[in-house]
Amino acid sequence: MDVLVYLIPIALALGFTGVIAFIWALKSGQFDDPEGDASRILHDDDGPLP
Amino acid sequence: MTHAAAPATASCPHCGKPTEGGGFCCSGCAAAYALRPALPKSDNKPAAPAPAQDVTRFVTEDRDGTHILSMMVEGMRCASCAFLIEDTLNREPDVAARVNLTTRRLSLRWRGEVARANMLAKKAADLGYKLMPFDAAQIEDSDRREEKSLLRCLAVAGFASGNIMMLSVGLWASTQETMGVATRDFMHWLSALIAIPTVIFSGRPFFGSAWEALTHKRTNMDVPVSVALILTTGMSLFETAHHGAYAYFDSVTMLLFLLLIGRYLDLRTRGRARAAAQDLLMMMAGTATVIEGERMRLLPIRELQSGMLLHVAAGEKIAADGVVESGASEVDPSFISGETITQPVAAGARVFGGMVNVLAPITVRLKASSGGSLLGEIIRLMEKAEQGHAHYVRLADHIARYYTPVVHLLALATFLAWCPLLGRPWQPSLLAAMTVLIITCPCALGLAVPAVQVLTSGRLFRRGMLLKSADAIERMAQVDTVVFDKTGTLTQGHPRLANPNRIGSRNMQIAASLAARSKHPLARALYDMYGGKIVDLDVREYAGKGLEAVYEGKNLRLGRRDWCGASGAPADDSPELWLNIEGETPVRFAFADELRGDAKLTIAELKQRGYKILLLSGDREPAVAAVAGALGIADFRARVTSVDKAAQVEELRKQGRKILMVGDGLNDAPALASADVSMSPSSALDIAQNAADIVFQGEKLFPVVEALTVAGRAEKLVKQNFILSFAYNIIAIPAAMLGLVTPLIAAVAMACSSILVILNAQRITRGG
Repeated sequence: MDVLVYLIPIALALGFTGVIAFIWALKSGQFDDPEGDASRILHDDDGPLP
Repeated sequence: MTHAAAPATASCPHCGKPTEGGGFCCSGCAAAYALRPALPKSDNKPAAPAPAQDVTRFVTEDRDGTHILSMMVEGMRCASCAFLIEDTLNREPDVAARVNLTTRRLSLRWRGEVARANMLAKKAADLGYKLMPFDAAQIEDSDRREEKSLLRCLAVAGFASGNIMMLSVGLWASTQETMGVATRDFMHWLSALIAIPTVIFSGRPFFGSAWEALTHKRTNMDVPVSVALILTTGMSLFETAHHGAYAYFDSVTMLLFLLLIGRYLDLRTRGRARAAAQDLLMMMAGTATVIEGERMRLLPIRELQSGMLLHVAAGEKIAADGVVESGASEVDPSFISGETITQPVAAGARVFGGMVNVLAPITVRLKASSGGSLLGEIIRLMEKAEQGHAHYVRLADHIARYYTPVVHLLALATFLAWCPLLGRPWQPSLLAAMTVLIITCPCALGLAVPAVQVLTSGRLFRRGMLLKSADAIERMAQVDTVVFDKTGTLTQGHPRLANPNRIGSRNMQIAASLAARSKHPLARALYDMYGGKIVDLDVREYAGKGLEAVYEGKNLRLGRRDWCGASGAPADDSPELWLNIEGETPVRFAFADELRGDAKLTIAELKQRGYKILLLSGDREPAVAAVAGALGIADFRARVTSVDKAAQVEELRKQGRKILMVGDGLNDAPALASADVSMSPSSALDIAQNAADIVFQGEKLFPVVEALTVAGRAEKLVKQNFILSFAYNIIAIPAAMLGLVTPLIAAVAMACSSILVILNAQRITRGG
């Protein structure tokens, strides 16, 4: 059971990272334009081929 | 009128990408370009380059010296439009353009001079879209901020409940022997560590709302939630500190998570319905060109004053009421009166804010500021009516007023009954009391009505109707009177050529060739009727008179009867155009606004169901009488202005009637907002679409009947849901009071009751 002492905090830290990542995504405006972003992948922007 | 100038060397004529040696960049572009003449005239293609605007006033600067400009874009139909604008602008050096399709905003960032803004704006406008710079601070973003904040709370609550549950599973699966007090305490402390910040952070929406209500000496549905959260957390903390066996952090965070999901979805649906006056306000947030001596200046519309001289370009909306000072043109008053026939204006003519100047530039001397104009008045009427709806107290909220004090009393009674009366220790007593609070969370009550509404709106959507406000269905079920507008509602709303069979094909071709590039509604109707090839003519348009050209040595004229030499012909009231080919008799093109195909059937069905029908129209008496007679409507009134319509609706409401208003065009917007519930056909202007509770698409009028039927059925389901909610509470509360339920079960049971209510609401889709 001693393993729990560090396993649980690790699990929590990972979960916490997830929350921070979500909040960052929210702040950087990634949820602002769901329709535009959805259509954007269909758009051709042919840059010069490598 | 000539075609666009030949493209610069070596770029694809269709998409503009650089190519080697001219020609198209790919076969796709070549094919699309070849299709163009055969396509019907679309209003995305600009007939003339857009008027220049000076937008530098609105440019702001970022910290690193980049210039920023936000503009509203009108006329975007789909994602391709957005990308077209983005691509065109991003090709400029040092420019980053991004279009937000959801909010229809163009955001420009660039380095260099501020004046580049005008060039960039013009480039986008030349593509055929209307751009309006706006002051970002003016536009209310509070809704989106609230949404974001709720999402944050939701994310944190989700994280917390997931992780605490992970610990709880361990706790539940073990006993004193297998786990040991030390580990159990450790788990409890970890749960506390996660739960307490979560409750403080994610509980804010509930605590704030509950505090608001309490300081106003009311209670709402958030008060029992807040009490339950705080007390349960406190008790669990106490237990943890005293090495108690049970802590309830999992119930607390789970409750928070479930409630926040419901709240977020509710906010999203409401937010969409609230945009009613937004487009109108957009118009007021734009700019107008003011002439001062020799110079022209862009001013925000809000700052316009009486006495200023305005320059209104062709295609631009007149910003406020005034008198034409110079220039001759035709204006499209459909924004104000709903009638699409243009009026000629010359020096001395009165014009109103919102009219579109169709033909040629004019100058207008303002007689009122933008706020004092007719448009300002219409906006105020709409806003007032909107407020009325915001105060609409839904049955669930009404019940919650009595419900929550009763629930608190019951919880208190439970605690007192257990502890002092029956002599049990205070922990289980408090627990039982908390369970009572949690399990009676009136979510089933608060969900019964919205659940049916959400599913009903989905069902209506599949039938081509869009529900813009959530409680419209409740109000629909009470309706006993239906008021119709004429133009665009009972009729199709645009003039159609009424006598195509009486006109020879050669005359049709010539007329269509003359009308090809005119913006006049009758000319466009004529051109749309004609499907063949047109002859390329050098057409000149004369305001108030018509179109003229020379063809095969003969003078051609298409326009008003006096100008085309037909003054003597018999006249009726319908709109007409005359074609005069030199040396031949003038030919008449008659136009009519036809009734919708199923209008008669719809009115008959409504009368059969016992609804009282009324027709109010701004048009002249003979036209309205004719339509009323054809459809069998006994009660009709003509020449009714926008303000009168709202007054008439109010009158009827005072008599105790419940009104459904079916209207089209901005002139009906105040009446739409003041009726109990309103519907609008989708061919109407966007603003009326937003002011109406329900928008229906297509050429048919029958959706009105369908909506009323669905409303009746939804009403029945809501009643059933209420019964279910009450039954649940009657079973659950005694169970909780008797201590048969733990808080976690209570939280889950509460969620289950909500699901049951939603499942019952699903029956509206199966009800047929």
